[in-house]
Amino acid sequence: MRPLPTGYLIRRVLMFVLTVWLGATMMFIIPRLAPGDPVAAMVSRMAAQSGYVENSAELIESWRKKFGLDQPVPVQYLRYLGNLATFNLGYSLTQFPVQVRDLIAQSLPWTVGLLSVATLLSFLLGNGIGALLGWQRTPSLVRRLLPVTLTFTSIPFFMLAILLIYVFAFGLKLFPVSGGYGRDVEAGLTWGFISSVVYHGTLPALAIVITSMGFWALGMRGMMITTAGEDYLILADAKGLRPGRVFWRYAVRNAMLPQVTGLALSLGGIVGGSTLVEYLFAYPGMGYLLYQGIVNQDYTLIQGICFILIVATALAVLVIDLVYPLLDPRITYHR
Amino acid sequence: MTLIHPATSPKLLIGASMVIGVVLMGVIGPLCWDTTLARVGTSPLNLPPAWMMGGDRAHPFGTESNGRDILAVVITGAPRSLRVGLIAAGVGMLTGILLGCTAGLFGGWVDNLIRTVTDAVLTIPSLAILIVISAYVRTVEIDTMALILSLFAWPAPTRLIRAQVLTLRERGYIRMARLSGASSLAIILTEMIPNMLPYLASSLTGNISGAILAATSLEALGLGPTRIPTLGMTIFYAIRSSAIIRGMWWWWGFPILVLIVIFTGLFLIAIGLDEIANPRLRQAVTSDK
Repeated sequence: MRPLPTGYLIRRVLMFVLTVWLGATMMFIIPRLAPGDPVAAMVSRMAAQSGYVENSAELIESWRKKFGLDQPVPVQYLRYLGNLATFNLGYSLTQFPVQVRDLIAQSLPWTVGLLSVATLLSFLLGNGIGALLGWQRTPSLVRRLLPVTLTFTSIPFFMLAILLIYVFAFGLKLFPVSGGYGRDVEAGLTWGFISSVVYHGTLPALAIVITSMGFWALGMRGMMITTAGEDYLILADAKGLRPGRVFWRYAVRNAMLPQVTGLALSLGGIVGGSTLVEYLFAYPGMGYLLYQGIVNQDYTLIQGICFILIVATALAVLVIDLVYPLLDPRITYHR
Repeated sequence: MTLIHPATSPKLLIGASMVIGVVLMGVIGPLCWDTTLARVGTSPLNLPPAWMMGGDRAHPFGTESNGRDILAVVITGAPRSLRVGLIAAGVGMLTGILLGCTAGLFGGWVDNLIRTVTDAVLTIPSLAILIVISAYVRTVEIDTMALILSLFAWPAPTRLIRAQVLTLRERGYIRMARLSGASSLAIILTEMIPNMLPYLASSLTGNISGAILAATSLEALGLGPTRIPTLGMTIFYAIRSSAIIRGMWWWWGFPILVLIVIFTGLFLIAIGLDEIANPRLRQAVTSDK
């Protein structure tokens, strides 16, 4: 296996930096384009909630200083980028002495765990279904039954999540309504804890898998149909190879490749959609933390989480990009 | 390119009639039903739908805990969702056509720049940035929200159109047009765009549903327009008031049902259009060996 050429490696890493920088810059600029002063708006909202805020003018002034808003915008921007680059995400506004970084560190493993399992499952299942759908020799009964599994394809994650909670948690009481693990188990590497995590994670993961696998299935079906006409398949058949071998090693293997690129491109949407699923299930991951930030108007927390979501997605894409040439030896490293 | 007549694609027809059904509900609904009932405190609280125990004929789909009539909420909310989707996707599509054609025709560093930025924006989880924006800018109108959403509606069409322009550019009839002295703009408008129409339409439908999804997600997190009831906001209130575990399925069920009809309709339209643009997909469905 050839090592990755340095040029390709550098381009992909630069792409990662560009993505994160663009995301961070959008988060910085767009709120500032909006009319009105965010700090004044924040104080007036506090006033609306608690009735009256003492010394509101001084409060506004001190907050502006604290957030560095009294500095010129370019200085603010550079300081902002510097803080993000060192993962200095500031203090949580509502849980004051706690750092945003620490809150995120607690919830990140939950999100990464749930998402990687769900995405992998949906990718494998979806591609399997799509491959069978696009393969001429699939028994016609199977081909008629399979589309049933794609019923929920066009439904957003969180809507199916609501339905699942209602049917399986509220109605049939088969699964817990919320949380990441039972109250009665101690967190740790014990069998009880792990099984509780799996039990609590089933519905959230199902919501993601069922709704996203159709997307892979449709893409894979299209690719399989396109490969069906290729010469190497005809040759493989003519050589008398077993149909199973032709299916896996010749058709699926080639049809899969664009799907891997598709995975890289759609990760952003999956990450965004899963935040709502976590919020619905009160799953102790980033999505739920984000919702708490929104409810408490904890701006540093919201911004910190969103930044980490962007970094994590871009990182996952970078990994896929670096693995891809190993899957497809023909790639020329020029897009 | 030979086009299959759109009327012969059942997916397209079913999808279109679902979306048209929702539009009609939004147009005819206000004539038959008092939509002021969508405001807070206009109806009795927590009534189940009319056909259930304790239901009231005056509120066929039931009411929720803030005294809104669910039927009125659905009638007024559905057209707003479609509107957000149309505006965001429309603006995104125009930007995409502009950038995609520029990249495909000029090539060189212009193409490199556009392609790189497009790929980067595609990778960013747009919802994260939209949440940050809407957390700061709390008083949004529906149209402002649509414009904010369009910030993420341009990369997909740009990518598609650039690729199409690159393949079309080498076709005989485009070379012919260039040889006969047609300007780049004329070639794009009269030769390329008409040939890309099925792709453009399919991408537009995909974007409409993407924008509606983003809008609904923001609303369901409590970040949408706050003064006018939208479908997503209704879901937000339902979740916040634990309607799911209180068994008040009608509160979230009807808004979600309408949204599912919209999403499924748009999805069927998009696959129908894909099959028209790429007849190979279609053959494989109908031919049963």
